Amino acid sequence: MRRAHHGWRFRATLAGIYAALVAMPHLLSFSQKEIAVFLVINVLVVVSYRLLTLTGEWSLAHAVLMGVGAYASALLAKRLGVPVPPAMLLGAAAAALVAWVLSFPLFRMKAFYFLIGSFAAGEIIRLCWKRFREPFGGPKGIKLIPSVPDVEIGGLEIAFFDPVNYYYLCLAVVTLSLVVLHRLEHSRIGLTFHAIHWQDRLAESVGVDTRRYRTIAFVIASFFAGLAGALLAHYLGTVNPNQFDVEAMVYVLIWVIVGGTATIYGPILGVAALTVVNEIVLRGLGVDQARPLVYGAILIASILFLPDGLESLGPKMKRAFARIRGPHGQP
Amino acid sequence: MRAGAGPPAERLGARLFGHNDLPAVRAGGSPSGSMIELLLQTCVNAIYAASFMALIAVGLMLIFGVMGVVNFAHGELFMLGAYCVVFAYADQSYPYFLAVMLGLVFVGGLGIAMERTLFRPVRDNPLAGLIVSIGLLLILQAAIAMGFGVRMEHIAPPTRATFHPFGLDGVVVSLQRLYVIVGAGVVLGALWVFLRRTRFGWALRACAQDPEAAALQGISIDRTARLAMCIAAAMAGVAGALAAPLVRTWPYMGHSVIVTAFIVTIVGGLGSLEGAVVAAILYGFVHTFVTTFSDGVVADIVGLLLMLVVLIVRPTGLFGARERA
Repeated sequence: MRRAHHGWRFRATLAGIYAALVAMPHLLSFSQKEIAVFLVINVLVVVSYRLLTLTGEWSLAHAVLMGVGAYASALLAKRLGVPVPPAMLLGAAAAALVAWVLSFPLFRMKAFYFLIGSFAAGEIIRLCWKRFREPFGGPKGIKLIPSVPDVEIGGLEIAFFDPVNYYYLCLAVVTLSLVVLHRLEHSRIGLTFHAIHWQDRLAESVGVDTRRYRTIAFVIASFFAGLAGALLAHYLGTVNPNQFDVEAMVYVLIWVIVGGTATIYGPILGVAALTVVNEIVLRGLGVDQARPLVYGAILIASILFLPDGLESLGPKMKRAFARIRGPHGQP
Repeated sequence: MRAGAGPPAERLGARLFGHNDLPAVRAGGSPSGSMIELLLQTCVNAIYAASFMALIAVGLMLIFGVMGVVNFAHGELFMLGAYCVVFAYADQSYPYFLAVMLGLVFVGGLGIAMERTLFRPVRDNPLAGLIVSIGLLLILQAAIAMGFGVRMEHIAPPTRATFHPFGLDGVVVSLQRLYVIVGAGVVLGALWVFLRRTRFGWALRACAQDPEAAALQGISIDRTARLAMCIAAAMAGVAGALAAPLVRTWPYMGHSVIVTAFIVTIVGGLGSLEGAVVAAILYGFVHTFVTTFSDGVVADIVGLLLMLVVLIVRPTGLFGARERA
């Protein structure tokens, strides 16, 4: 088991970022607080998506699997009266289960075929939500989903309809998930994912069951996507099939690609940067209709000019500086 | 998740996406039509749906075969073809067939531009090609939405003539649909002759089979890719222009088209033009019949299941021979 080794400087930076994240909602307007909640949930979506891309497969079912978590959790809480926190976990488990079932047909395919196959599978699930009013509520989806119950700690009442409190809840859940995902990547399993991505024949020849590891990555990624969906469902109080359509998936792809997938902070950087661009720049300019146009241009520009994502900017700049400073700066 | 993308996405999410807007899905006919009339009418509708799909799927396949890129924006090329008719025929009242020619030339030219600026730099990387085309899709949708507004365009059909092909009152086919069927037949036939009988066609097929070997024989891959992209885009543009008066013409009409085109290309087998035609006919019949006897959403589910089954049982499709990934 290889552990990622981090120096004190890294830890200090991380502590600083978290201090800023904890302080952040108090500096924002109400609508921005809501956006902060969505941002934290989206971070979990993109980081879990990256886990799957580690094995070299790109799925188009991730948004739908997020929806599976949302629908399952909402139905469990609303119809069966399951308390919300366990319902969320069960929703995530449902997404993982669906992914496991889908893995049988889907992992007979690779690369492009997997991409299209996952898209078809996801669309079938989504169309079923749309078609079957019972129990999925048809095109209008499920409404009046129970919210996370208030808790009382030492006389202090915490109500989760307040976006600030829900933000903290999401931050805690997502942080925990990120730790798990990070540990997983640096464990034996995670290293095998990398091996499958870069040398799939070689990995096979030394006895790695590549299909099994792809399935593991897909199931775990879907679990956390489902968790993100459940967090979203119980905050919004409503889910519908259109929330998880191709367009939602396209945005996940844009975030991940603009950020980069080599490190865990690449996708986070991508979703954070684009949310800031979206909320501050585009909303400030008031160009609502042009938004997809800007997103498309950003996507194309990042593929053509920054194919390794925002995360590669740091090392690139370092190298550029080293070149300016002269040969001594070279590693 | 949606909220991170902001309000317009919210609005887009609320749009009626029903993929069942493949044209001519409901058996029209007279209410008193007998079962045999309904069946014949459904067959006619299926032929129309198939010819329309074949035009798009064959183009998609041509791009994939020569460049290894899956053009997600192909539905938007179709949409642009339809908007050429909206602009030239409905707004400026030029003759209909002039508008169709405009769609052909304009979208074909756009195809050349796409090849040069977007697909050529990322030719060695299929995933990058896909992503770039998704970016283009967003741009084209937004551009049309801003230029024409997010609404359904009303296009008065250039002709209202109808036929009764079997001499039965309950079986009707409009002249406009016949345009699409005949147009698809002519274009596909011309393409077939072009690919089999001309030097350009040979070069194109050689590039699709083995780009490196073709390059060694002195075939310019850049030029061939440009040609393929131009032909494919023009086919999508013509399909859009011919079908514009028959379908819901609005900025997001490309979505259902691209979903269907994917199903058809996968079922037919990637890289096989004949497969695309056969699969388009198969899908046209299955989808139209299920829509007529059940409903559109079920037909979509059946279509997607058909594709999944083909992917599982025969991952290279009905006619696909080799894998290119």
